[in-house]
Amino acid sequence: MTDKHNQLDWMVAQARTGRMTRREFVGRTTALGVSAGLASALYGKAALAQEAKKGGKISAGLAGGQSTDSLDPALAASEVPFQVNMTWGEMLVDVNPDGTLDHRIAEEISSSPDATEWKFKIRAGVEYHNGGTVTADDVVATLKRHTDEKAQSGALGIVQGIADMKAEGDMVTLKLASGNADLPYLMGDYHLIIQPGGGTDAPAAGNGAGPYKVTANEPGVRYTFTKHANYFDSAIGHADEVEFLVINDNTARTAALQSGQVHMINRVDPKIVELLKGVAGVSIKYVAGRGHYVFIMHCDKAPFDNNDMRMALKYAINRQEMVDKILGGLGSKGNDFPINAAYPLFDDSIEQREYDAAKAKEYYDKTGHDGSPIILRSAPGAFPGAVDAANLFAASAQAAGIPLQVKLEPDDGYWSNVWNVEPFCASYWGGRPVQDQMYSTAYLSTADWNDTKFKNARFDELLIAARGELDEVKRKAEYSEMAHILRDEGGLILPMFNDFVSGVSDQIQGWVDDPNGELMNGRAQVKCWLA
Amino acid sequence: MHPIVRLLVQRIALGLLLLLAVSAVIFLGVEALPGDTAQAILGQQATPEALANLREKMGLNQPPLTRYFQWLGGVLTGDLGTSLTNGADIAQSIGQRLGNTLFLAGCAAVIAVPLAILLGLIAARYAGRWPDKLISGITLTTISLPEFVAAYFVIYLLTQLIPIFQPVAMVFPGMTFWAKLHAVALPVIVLVLVVLAHMMRMTRAAILNVMQSAYIETAELKGLSPMTIIWKHAFPNAIAPVVSVVMLNLAYLVVGVVVVEVVFGYNALGQYLVDHVTKRDLPVVQAVGLVFAAVYIFLNMLADVIGILANPRLRHPK
Repeated sequence: MTDKHNQLDWMVAQARTGRMTRREFVGRTTALGVSAGLASALYGKAALAQEAKKGGKISAGLAGGQSTDSLDPALAASEVPFQVNMTWGEMLVDVNPDGTLDHRIAEEISSSPDATEWKFKIRAGVEYHNGGTVTADDVVATLKRHTDEKAQSGALGIVQGIADMKAEGDMVTLKLASGNADLPYLMGDYHLIIQPGGGTDAPAAGNGAGPYKVTANEPGVRYTFTKHANYFDSAIGHADEVEFLVINDNTARTAALQSGQVHMINRVDPKIVELLKGVAGVSIKYVAGRGHYVFIMHCDKAPFDNNDMRMALKYAINRQEMVDKILGGLGSKGNDFPINAAYPLFDDSIEQREYDAAKAKEYYDKTGHDGSPIILRSAPGAFPGAVDAANLFAASAQAAGIPLQVKLEPDDGYWSNVWNVEPFCASYWGGRPVQDQMYSTAYLSTADWNDTKFKNARFDELLIAARGELDEVKRKAEYSEMAHILRDEGGLILPMFNDFVSGVSDQIQGWVDDPNGELMNGRAQVKCWLA
Repeated sequence: MHPIVRLLVQRIALGLLLLLAVSAVIFLGVEALPGDTAQAILGQQATPEALANLREKMGLNQPPLTRYFQWLGGVLTGDLGTSLTNGADIAQSIGQRLGNTLFLAGCAAVIAVPLAILLGLIAARYAGRWPDKLISGITLTTISLPEFVAAYFVIYLLTQLIPIFQPVAMVFPGMTFWAKLHAVALPVIVLVLVVLAHMMRMTRAAILNVMQSAYIETAELKGLSPMTIIWKHAFPNAIAPVVSVVMLNLAYLVVGVVVVEVVFGYNALGQYLVDHVTKRDLPVVQAVGLVFAAVYIFLNMLADVIGILANPRLRHPK
């Protein structure tokens, strides 16, 4: 018993100094016979006991930046601009690791019963880096800018549904064309950073209300920041300075972490995770998220216009093998719809689809396909390991008698010439904070990015109904039915959800696993501190 | 007009003509790539409306010939335009990165060129004996290694095993000269390893070639030491081929080191060019291509001129 106590004490100490995540802590303490509930509570206490230290410079080495990047939040589309914008910018809300809303610039949020009218109360006295104050007018101007197609905003699809917006005093009122219970989550989209005057005059000025000011902006090379002295939230933003070095090369990024040149790196190659585990002073964080790797079939083009063919291919893919070999075990199996347990209202009772050569063959024989090769297009840049994954898929399909063949495409021009053009190819999605947003982006019949050309009236009807549904039980049932429809009729083959794999130095404290995005949803440099 | 002056004028005029031709080739090459800038920028997010909007905003709807001449006019007036992708001023961006490129190339050249020539002289002096074989063996090994392998090797050796340098070699304005030197140490080592062999072998071959001449025999008969013969009598006549190889390697150090830049995260022109090629940022690609072409043409011209000046027969043509 005393032995157990010693172990428990040790683990509490580990958790207190941030050397053990909640998942590890709960897993290891329950192994000692502590109940999961108690373990979780213990962890919370231990983690709370950590006192954030102020000062110092947090440095991160990041992949996913180019010299073509801009500070304009509307244009952010890869990891480095995302991380950079989350350092200097602030949205109305953010999403907490547990999926609840974190009220940032919006202090209070309320809605009409049918979820068509939403009111956001703007926090008083939030200052921009240049000294101005955030007003309700700025918020409306920001949203308006993103509705303008010329702004090329990645959030266009989100703000399009807002029929009317107005600012009165410290209150912003948004009227929607149809009810949407998830609207506050949509305001947490990383493009919707509040800028003075909406950022219309100088969208790429980098002047926001976030915790750090931009001091050097060298796209594709590095970014530096200093603390915004008048930042409204003293609970985060511990370091005096933040620095990002753009290091796209995997080996150099890893070496930079090992040699102590940087404190954190993103996108650790799954192949070297085992090797890095033995390195002193470095820990590997894998966080299950919503991102997933997919093979997409156009439901309106032969031979994929036949659902038997789609089902045959869905049964012909070996998901466990994909997770083991492509993700190095750092991920989980997919079930042919883009939602997993990281989403609120996920139905975990839906049966997991597995590799079944006999069923695949049965469906394939029903199609009466003439036996000509079925071409799957893939490229190294479609997702990490996409070519290997396609070859594994082809091998398991051929074992089931389906003549699947891989055609290798160049990375160059892949997203313009192959994706959304060719009927069957490899691709990826980053996931969205809520189910509605994911489905509306890519599976609604009329969605711009409906890359499987999936058109199903019942599915659309459910999606619209669930959007305005405030009763969670009903809503969950609607989402569940949609998942079934997509899983059994859609053009999506989703073999795996990938973890975010990051490397973090032991000098970094306060790390929390966040399924919303890489490196604590882009905020590790803001929420962590140096030991 | 003095023949040398006429020659210089001729060479420069030819160089400029070549540059113009190169600009047309670069333009055609980029045009022939699949997709256009708008598609490359929007990537997975391209919708027909967004594409149309972006194309209009960027002037991509105009015919290629018009765009080519608009750009050429800008270059002649010193205006390289702004980047299509992030709106940055191209001349300014190139200026800073060209400085970094030249700094890295300069550091590597300052070490590699004298070292290669010295090793070449020694190898020639002991031709066929063990110092020659040792030098050739080592330099041929280093040139045969792909750059990234050499790079990973020095990263492992000098940042992990013996942690004296940093793996990421970025330099910024505001860093002291010594800090910059420390930062670029690893890429400089790799580049020296890569360019050494070519220059060394050429020096050795050129000297050995001259050593066959009758006048070298005379020098030997006078009783001069072998090193004096090589340095005073053979080397001056071997300058032309050595210089042309040195210039080729200098040009390579400026324009051909993108792999080394990527591995060390060095913020120079190569990486800048590659980023903008993948985004179809035509103005930047053309501008950088032109800078690279100009460097190549200038260095080759310099090699020719030095070769001519070093050779009395070419200096005083009949």
